[in-house]
Amino acid sequence: MKRLLLAAASGGLFGLGLMVSGMTNPAKVQGWLDFLGDWDPTLAFVLGGAILPMFLAWRYAEGRRPALGGSFPAKPDPVIDRNLVLGSAMFGVGWGLAGLCPGPAMASIGYGNPHVWLFVASMIAGMAVTPWTRRKLDALPAKG
Amino acid sequence: MYMDWVYGLVGGLMIGGAAALFLLGNGRIMGASGLIGGVVDGSGRGNLGERLAFLGGLVGAPLIAVLLRGGPPETELTGNAAALVAAGLLVGIGTRLANGCTSGHGVCGISRLSLRGIVATAVYLAAGAVSLYVFRHMLGAV
Repeated sequence: MKRLLLAAASGGLFGLGLMVSGMTNPAKVQGWLDFLGDWDPTLAFVLGGAILPMFLAWRYAEGRRPALGGSFPAKPDPVIDRNLVLGSAMFGVGWGLAGLCPGPAMASIGYGNPHVWLFVASMIAGMAVTPWTRRKLDALPAKG
Repeated sequence: MYMDWVYGLVGGLMIGGAAALFLLGNGRIMGASGLIGGVVDGSGRGNLGERLAFLGGLVGAPLIAVLLRGGPPETELTGNAAALVAAGLLVGIGTRLANGCTSGHGVCGISRLSLRGIVATAVYLAAGAVSLYVFRHMLGAV
């Protein structure tokens, strides 16, 4: 029960943070990506502000265990594979096109804009077909 | 807009605080795409309750804020249905293939100096900038 409450509190704080920071407004995200147009630096402050508490949290976590039991996730091997690069590139193209990434899209479901709902439904459909896409990609030769 | 960076910084600290809470309490990475994707494709069956609780908070807290303040904040999103569907599919498939998005790779990955997080963030930022340039300045689509 404690795990569920803390998860809900964390999700809630995340959603409110996205709202306060302005990141649920696609125009602001696109403003950050518009380096050659009317550039908006806000996202840098958001990312910087978010990384700071997490940097401290990772330091604190060293040699400790999570408060509600279990263990901290191991640091992934520093392997840069095709799926990481290809997936991030695809994500970036979609991000630039709509100005929405998964967190802010979810956080703005309650804004009542059907265009957000269409994006979220498409994103979920994309996630649903990814295991199949991944199998197809992994079947291709490593250098293709 | 003037003072937007203050809201950005405060909101950012809240986002990082949420991620720190989830890490130090539940021992989990706060990655939006992973938390959603695990529910969608069934890979997160083992901790489904925790995922749904997190997503409930993520959707519910802003919804309550909208009800309390009497309306959503001002947002501007394209109304082009084809662009929204294409962008949604690309974001959905891309973040799951790469195992992370802005929160997982960006916030949680960079802060532990994970090479994968740093590379992923560099790639999606660059791809996002190129994408916006093409769709906005070359095609005038968004």
